[in-house]
Formats: sequence, C-alpha cells, structure tokens
Amino acid sequence: MINSIRKNIKGIAIEGITLISAIIIIVIVIVMLLVIFIGGKDHLTWEFLTSFPTEGMTKGGIFPALYGTALLVIIMSIAAVPFGTITAIYLTEYAKENSIIAKTIRFAVRTLAVIPSIIYGLFGLGFFIKFVGAHIDGAFFGGELRWGQPNLLWASLTMSLLTLPVVIVSVEEALKTVPQDLRAASLALGATKWQTIRKVVLPGSISGIMTGTILAVSRGAGEVAPILFTGAAYYLATLPGLSDQFMVLGYHIYVLTTQSANVDQTLPIQFGTTCVLLLLTFTLNMSAVILRYRIRKKKNR
Amino acid sequence: MILDKIHTEKMFLYYSEKVALKDISIKIPEKRVTAFIGPSGCGKSTFLRSLNRMNDLIDGVKIEGKVMIDNINIYDKNIDVVNLRKKVGMVFQKSNPFAKSIYENIAYGPKINGINDKKQLEEIVETALKNAAIWDEVKDRLGDSALGLSGGQQQRLCIARTLAVNPEIVLMDEPASALDPLSTSKIEELIVQLKEHYTIVIVTHNMQQAARISDNTAFFYLGELIEYDKTKTIFTNPSKKQTEDYITGRFG
Amino acid sequence: MTKKNKVKSSKAQGSDSQPSDLIDITRKRFRVGDFLAEKIIKGVALLSITIIVLIFFFVFREAFPIFNTSKEVKKSPTELAKQDTQETYGAVTDVDSKGTGQETYGAVADTLVKKDKTPAKGTYTVNAGSGTDDNKSALNTMLTKDWVPVSDKPRYGILSLIIGTFKITLISMLFAAPLAILAALYTAEFANKKMKEIIKPTIELLAGFPSVVIGFFALMVLATFLQNIFHYSTRLNSFVGGIAMGIAAIPIIFTITEDALTAVPRSFNEASLALGASKWQTAFFVILPAATPGIFAAILLGIGRVFGETMIALMATGNAALMDLNPFESVRTLAATIGAEMAEVVFGDTHYNVLFLIGSLLFVFTFILNAIAEFYVKGKLMKRIQGK
Repeated sequence: MINSIRKNIKGIAIEGITLISAIIIIVIVIVMLLVIFIGGKDHLTWEFLTSFPTEGMTKGGIFPALYGTALLVIIMSIAAVPFGTITAIYLTEYAKENSIIAKTIRFAVRTLAVIPSIIYGLFGLGFFIKFVGAHIDGAFFGGELRWGQPNLLWASLTMSLLTLPVVIVSVEEALKTVPQDLRAASLALGATKWQTIRKVVLPGSISGIMTGTILAVSRGAGEVAPILFTGAAYYLATLPGLSDQFMVLGYHIYVLTTQSANVDQTLPIQFGTTCVLLLLTFTLNMSAVILRYRIRKKKNR
Repeated sequence: MILDKIHTEKMFLYYSEKVALKDISIKIPEKRVTAFIGPSGCGKSTFLRSLNRMNDLIDGVKIEGKVMIDNINIYDKNIDVVNLRKKVGMVFQKSNPFAKSIYENIAYGPKINGINDKKQLEEIVETALKNAAIWDEVKDRLGDSALGLSGGQQQRLCIARTLAVNPEIVLMDEPASALDPLSTSKIEELIVQLKEHYTIVIVTHNMQQAARISDNTAFFYLGELIEYDKTKTIFTNPSKKQTEDYITGRFG
Repeated sequence: MTKKNKVKSSKAQGSDSQPSDLIDITRKRFRVGDFLAEKIIKGVALLSITIIVLIFFFVFREAFPIFNTSKEVKKSPTELAKQDTQETYGAVTDVDSKGTGQETYGAVADTLVKKDKTPAKGTYTVNAGSGTDDNKSALNTMLTKDWVPVSDKPRYGILSLIIGTFKITLISMLFAAPLAILAALYTAEFANKKMKEIIKPTIELLAGFPSVVIGFFALMVLATFLQNIFHYSTRLNSFVGGIAMGIAAIPIIFTITEDALTAVPRSFNEASLALGASKWQTAFFVILPAATPGIFAAILLGIGRVFGETMIALMATGNAALMDLNPFESVRTLAATIGAEMAEVVFGDTHYNVLFLIGSLLFVFTFILNAIAEFYVKGKLMKRIQGK
C-alpha cells in the first residue's frame, strides 16, 4: 500500500520533471520572442524599413540591409531550389533505394546539413572567390580585381550550398506523398518515366517544393557566418549589384552590437533590426510549418 | 475465326528468387473477355501485370518463358516497353485519377502521344467518355476536378482514360472491387460492350462477376494455372477438383 | 440508359493520328528527352557528393601552405622596419586576448575600432611577405596556448581555442541535453495530443531562430540576467555563451531524440505495461534504454552544432583566448576565431592559412561526428529494435 503510493509519487515526480523540461523550452522561446518584439516594436515603421542608415548608423533605417537580404535569398533560391529539387527527384524516382550511389548521396546531403556554417564561408572564400572568381578575372579582365573578391553573387552561391539540404529533404518528403498509383497509371498509359515525373509527380508536389523554398529562404535570411567574408558589408551608401558587397540584416545586427563605437546609442536600432529579422524568419517558418502539416495530412488520408 | 491475341508458354515469374508463377501456358482470344479467378495471393494479378510489363517497376522480378502478344515476345530485349503499354492498357483496382480536370485526365494519354490539336483532343475525349459510358454524367463539367467524382464515376473515368490511348488490349485488375453494387453493374455492362473492339482481360475476386461477363475463365491457385476453359464449362462442369472446390466456395 | 451507348471505335473516328496497329513495339525507340533527363538528373544529384569533396579540397588547399616550410625567404629591410612600427598594435591584441575588461563586449568593440584606425596594413604585408619563414614558427607555436596572430612575433597557439571550444561545448550540452531529452521523452510518452501540438511547432520555431538573433538575445538580455543570479565579474563568458548555444542546439537534440523514442515499437510498451509496470517505469526503463543509440546520435549532432557555431560565439562569449577552466571567464572558440579574424587578414598569408587549418579541424571533427551518428549509431539502433 505505502509502497504503491511511494511508487505513484515517484511516477508523478518523474513525469513532472519531463513536463517542466518541455515548459522551460517553451518559456525560453516565448521570452526570446517577447523581449525582442517588445524591444523592437517601436521601430516597425515604414520609415525604418525604407530609409538608409544615417549619422554613422546611429539613426535612420535599414533599407539597404533589407534590400541586400532580399537579393541574397532570391539569388540563393534560384541556385538552390532547382538543384535541390532535381536531387530529390533522383533520390525518389530514379535511384534504387539501397544502391550505393543513393546511399552515398543521402550521406552527402546529411553531411552538408551538419557542416558548420562558418566552413561554408571558408569554402566560399577558397572556392568561389579565390578560385572561380580569380580565374574569371584572369581570363576576362586581364587580372584586374573584379570577381576575385567578396560580392553578392559569391555570398548567395555560398548560401545556396548551405540551404541545399533543406530543399532536398522537403522536396523528397513531398515527392513521397505522391501516390505510387498515379505513377503506375501514367506509365500504363504509355507515358515515359520523365513524362510521368514532369506531368504527374512534380505537379503533385508543388507545395513541398514551396515548403522547401520557404525554409531555405528563412535559413538563408538568418545565417551570417557564411557571408562574413564572402560579401557582407559593414556599411554601403548605395544599393549593391551582383559584383558588389552588400548589407544584410543578420550581419547588420552583428556589426551594430559588437563592432560599432557606441553600442548604447544604437540600442533601439539593434532591437529594431533584430525584431525585423526575427519576424521575417518567424513568418516564413510558420508558413512552412503550416504547409508541411497540410502535406502530411494529405499523405495520411 | 478467333485469333489468339495473347499467349504464354511455360512462363515462370520469380520474385527475389521465389517462384510466384509456375509454368503458365495460356491462349487468350482477341475481342473476348477473359477472366482470371482464384483466391488472393494466387498470382492472378501478378500474371495480369506481367502482360504489360508493369512488374518491371518492382525490383527483383524476373520472368522466364514466353509472353507473346500478336506473336511477339514482349520480354524480348528489343521491346519498347513504353509503346507496349500504349498497346496494352491497364485499369487498376483502386481508381487513380490524376489531380487534374476530367478533361485533362482523358487528354493526358493523347497529349503524351503528341496530339496537340485542340479539336482533335476534344473529339478523343468525347469518344472515350462515351465509350466508357460516363459522358452523360460529366459532359457539363469537363473542367471540374476528377477527384470530385464518385468512386464508380472515377473508375469509369479511368477506363475512359485508358481507352483514349486507343489500346488493343485492356487489362483490368479487379476494377469493381471497391465499388457499390450499382456502380459495379455499370462497369460490368461497360466491359461487355467494350469487347466489340478490345481484347479484355479481367482479374476478379467475384465469381458471379466472372460468370456474368466473361467468355473464358482461368482459375489460378498458388501460382499455377489450374484450369482454363469456356466460362460456362468452368462454372458448370469443371474438370479439376480444386476448381470445383473454389467455385463452390469451399475455400478462398 | 448506358445501354444505349454503343461503343464506337475511336479508330473509326478519324482521330487516328497514331492507330495502335502502327505502334511498333519490336524496336526500342531512343527517346532523347528521357535519356537526357535521366543523365542530367543523375549528374545534378551527384553534385551533393561533389560539393563535399570540393569543400574538403578547397578548405584543405587553403590551409596547406602552412606545412610548406622548406623554402627560406629572407626579409627585406623595409619589411623589418615596418614590423617595428607594429609593436604597439600587437600589444593591443595581447590585451584583448587576456580579456581583462569588465564589459568584455565593450572592450572587444573598442579594440576593433582601434583596429580600424590603426594603419594595420604594415603587419599584413610583413606576414604576407615572410610566408614560409612564418610557417615554420607558426607550426612550432601551434601547440602552445598563446593565440597572438597579429604581432611582430605571431604565435598561433590553438590550444587555448580548442580548450575553450570544448569548455563551451560541455557547458551547452550540460544545459541542453537533459532539457531536450526530457522534453522529448515527455512529448513522446506522456503528452496528450494538444500538448504535442504546442511543443512540436515551438521546437520548429526555435530551430528557425537565426543564431545571430539568439546571440543578440544572449548579449543583451541573458548575460545581464545570469550575471544578476551568479554575480560573476566578466559579463560575457563561456557560461553565457554555452547556455545560448545550448538553446540553439535544443531543437536538434529534441527532434532526433523524439524520433528515436517514437521509433521504439509499441509492442515494447505494451509488453512492459502488461507486466504491471507503470507508465513512467515503462518510459524510463524500457523506452529510454531502447532508444539510447538514437539519443547518443542526438547528442553527437548537438555537439556538432555547438562546436561549429560562430555567431553566438562571436557575440556572447567575450572572445578572449584564455586557458582557464572557470566557466565564468571569457573564452574564444575555434569558429569564432575564424569569423572574427578572416575578414581582417591578407589572403594567402600565414594567419590566413592558420585560420583555414582551424576550419579544416572543425570540418573533420563535425564530419566524423556525423559519420559516427550515421553509421555506428543507426546500425546499433536497428539491431536493438529489430532484435537482430
């Protein structure tokens, strides 16, 4: 009797500990959201979003950083989404599940997903800038330094490598939700494999490709380490082109908090910028979560 | 004279080294309905799917012996499987319309064959839907999603989709097993009408159905073709004990 | 009604652009589109492998010159002269690396500003010019504790960086692993549907937090909050950084642990309950042990995440390369060192090569962690669950 009560208390205590752990995590997330949102909400104005920084970045807005972030994720998506989608198509439609090549690709994709983002930065520097860029300069510009230095293009491509696994995993999941029946129906009508993929499988997984793109964009918008030395700029008075360095939200936060001479003075802008970045990734992730939830529901039906 | 559209000789099918079909030799006549019956797992569906090489999609399936269609061995290494499937269409157990409009579902096959003329496509769609006896029900909403149709309508749509490719043989894998009695009888009527132009091979669980619609019936058991004869003979005077046991409901 | 519909052969309709009589099945047709599609798709898919190989190659390539010590290059007098002018600058960095400032983040900022003002180019040219000579000393100093890369006598002792990285990894895991694993246990075993629908999206949201945002939070809020509790003197230290990185690692550990827990067959569960064990006993003594390899993998990948984390390390750890086991002292991690210094070095000089060498170390380490998680742990998990 007493024994069983004791057992019960122990059970409740243990279940309670696990519950408290879950709650602590939820509280951490809520506190982070609240602190940053409350700290930055006064800056969520049209003016803040659309004007240039002024007075040595202690006043003004973040327009160039927003602009740079947008360009970065667009170019990144143009590179990462098609390549990621095609890789996912290979893995689900062409490769045999247990073939060595499929296993190797899957291992490579998972490795890409865990390589620290700073390594991508190093790779971008060593490969895109110092190898590809330098060779372009040597071949077309007579060695004049044009592409062999950090810029928007190289930063975006570096970022696209980082987000490639995100796209691959999402699209693969979506491709798997297209029923095998439909592939069979198409093939039985005399369609070739490629026709089947193009006309039946891909249209059926558009939402998955969307999810992958959104997640990739969200990731790319928030990562800073890969672009620290492949293109991000401290401050620019003009809007960038492909071969220019550029301002970007995440790096802007880093610069304002740790590298500016008067950290206290820029505090409101720091909170404002962080709040904008957080809202951006938050919204993107939310929509991805919802989209994916729908896809999974469709699959289970 | 009735020609043999399909015939197999000493055909074996292995699934990862395990024998799934043993020594199947059968002659299936042109423009007739031939039914395959037998308990589940007896290999009748597997056999059906090997007639348009849908089994190619499954890893580890190996086939020995001859599978002849119009006197051509379809497992010959030079065979164009894509074209074979245009010639030998298939309707599946579970209706599987694409998530497209009714019109696009039917036009899918012709478009793949390179027909892009709008008028011609419309004609094909209409004929196919009429032939599948579903035209009257859908003619006013060809642009609607095919997924909005009822189960029976979806299955007839899938038949129409198959017909639109203009096959010579239509393979049907328990096409009515998931349907209500009314839809089933519509499909059965349809099958009887279709044999005027197509050679039909149908797998069914339902012995009454086989008796009602088929000209010939083959009884499969444990991967073997036990008996094959005129439907009437099979159901009234089977020559093998196993066949009799099955049709009288002693097992299955 | 349907009976009236006589079947019309579509062949007789003139719509016979491809009557099936003409379909030739006896000759395999070569379909260019399909052929190309398959080749291209396969080629693109192989890109993932190529990228890994390229990353290996190019990161190592930039690190490699450090091992090239054979050629001696004499310094020109002008370079030596330039070196002298840089004495003070090296000293500044020294001070920074000792992290004496109370408000360390302020101190770092000050140094960086000074850096901008100093005519720093001289040093860089010296380093660039004296290439192989430096390499020898660089290699010799590698296993010391002094990380003083910018000075007339640069020392690249990465020992303190390694110790710092491990220290912060340990702190973050001590914080994140129990929290995430217990929360995952709750979600997988105890939570009702509604709680699951709160916890899982929250974790996904946390996974979507950019690390620079977590770094910002740690720098602005967490550091002060924790200082008020523990009353340590250096505001930014390995403890703050570790907690912040732990927050970043929670989603990884949680997700993989939860996957491992839910992968344990329900029959285990039922068998245990049938033997009279209670829910918590089952969860703790049956489910949790069965999922240990998965949890191990979760921790490994969590370590990988923290080990390579750059932005949080840059913002919340104080960034002083100290050899100290006190968790409330500033620390400088390998990744943060790359992040902070790469933008300031001259491409191709010794300091640059050393940073790439550090990158190679990070890469190899995370690669191995991932490989262990992938092959060893998964195999073991399978064995245990399937009882093979």
